[in-house]
Amino acid sequence: MDNDNATREDAELKALQQALHQLYDPVLGEPVPERVSAPARARRARWRGTAIAAGWVALGLAVGVIAGWQLHVWRAVAPPQAEVPGFVKRAAVAHAVYSPEVRHPVEVGADQEQHLVAWLSKRLGTPLRAPHLEDVGYSLVGGRLLPGDNGPVAHFMYQCKQGTRVTLYVRANAPGSQETAFRYAAEGNVKVFYWIDRRLGYALSSADIGSDDLHKVANAVYRQLNP
Amino acid sequence: MNDADSIVELIPRLRRYARALAGDRIAADDLVQDTLERAWSKFHLYRRGTDLRAWLFTVMHNVHVNQLRAARPAAQLDEDMPELAQAARETDGLVLRDLDLAIRRLPPDQREVLLLVALEDMSYDEAAGTLGIPIGTVMSRLARAREKLRAMLQGLPPGGSKQLKIVK
Repeated sequence: MDNDNATREDAELKALQQALHQLYDPVLGEPVPERVSAPARARRARWRGTAIAAGWVALGLAVGVIAGWQLHVWRAVAPPQAEVPGFVKRAAVAHAVYSPEVRHPVEVGADQEQHLVAWLSKRLGTPLRAPHLEDVGYSLVGGRLLPGDNGPVAHFMYQCKQGTRVTLYVRANAPGSQETAFRYAAEGNVKVFYWIDRRLGYALSSADIGSDDLHKVANAVYRQLNP
Repeated sequence: MNDADSIVELIPRLRRYARALAGDRIAADDLVQDTLERAWSKFHLYRRGTDLRAWLFTVMHNVHVNQLRAARPAAQLDEDMPELAQAARETDGLVLRDLDLAIRRLPPDQREVLLLVALEDMSYDEAAGTLGIPIGTVMSRLARAREKLRAMLQGLPPGGSKQLKIVK
């Protein structure tokens, strides 16, 4: 009986955690208003150049996805969300399909990184880079070419020491060529941070790490691509 | 990465917590802005090598408490907020919007604990450190917050919650 109660409590807390994340995680992807970010950016500009770069990785706990008994109740209606571009959905599906793959997660492995990047750049018709994410605990597994909405898409896979994977989906000629700040979307149990930068659409997906950790990785990707 | 970078990187996290804590967007961004200003002016008090996020959350907690104190009449109005909309309850599922409303109806001290533990994934220990309260208080506030949420979301009196059998 006590055990049942504990199980129920656990499931309820998990359901609550997930509902809170569904409710408030979209804030992570909102552009930060000028009045909030301006003083910090001014200071950062002043400090840059003199400060020694030091990696900062906080520990975060991934929120497990479990079907608690209350989950279906709280999930009944999702909060209103901005329209998510088609490539983000495709990225989430690609993540769900390839990241559990044991034997063939990628077409070209990280041992042939140069070849991989040259090949994908050629097929997408634009110079690409595979960001190095060791600072945030992820190393490149490799990548593959995928069909996108209207042409080839590059798909890079990364893995941390514990074996958790994140994937970076890159498409060329992003719609409307509108640059965006980070946006957040959840497709099923796959969390995605996406943005458009210089006509390239990026979507970073994970099913296994929390949105906060994923946000950190997204920041690292962005910094690498915009040094 | 220097401290300014680290703080900039944490702004979205501060905004998320503030949104959940303060409710609407403008009040939340006011809170974040005040927090950052205070953090910059007090940065010499931050001990390098300790968790910067926890430190910023402590600053935010202090700013928030001060804001609540300054706006006590408004905070009292909160207590008299009407029951959650009945319309939402007519549907089979309780909507996330209800959860948002229910969280705002929690007493501020319970809401903080709930959000630090369930949204920010802090341990009881970290939450206690952030709020400057004993760990036992964290646990009792959390339990009370969950009890109230349960009651509000199910429309049932605390303690009398309907239980579904879990089939193993």
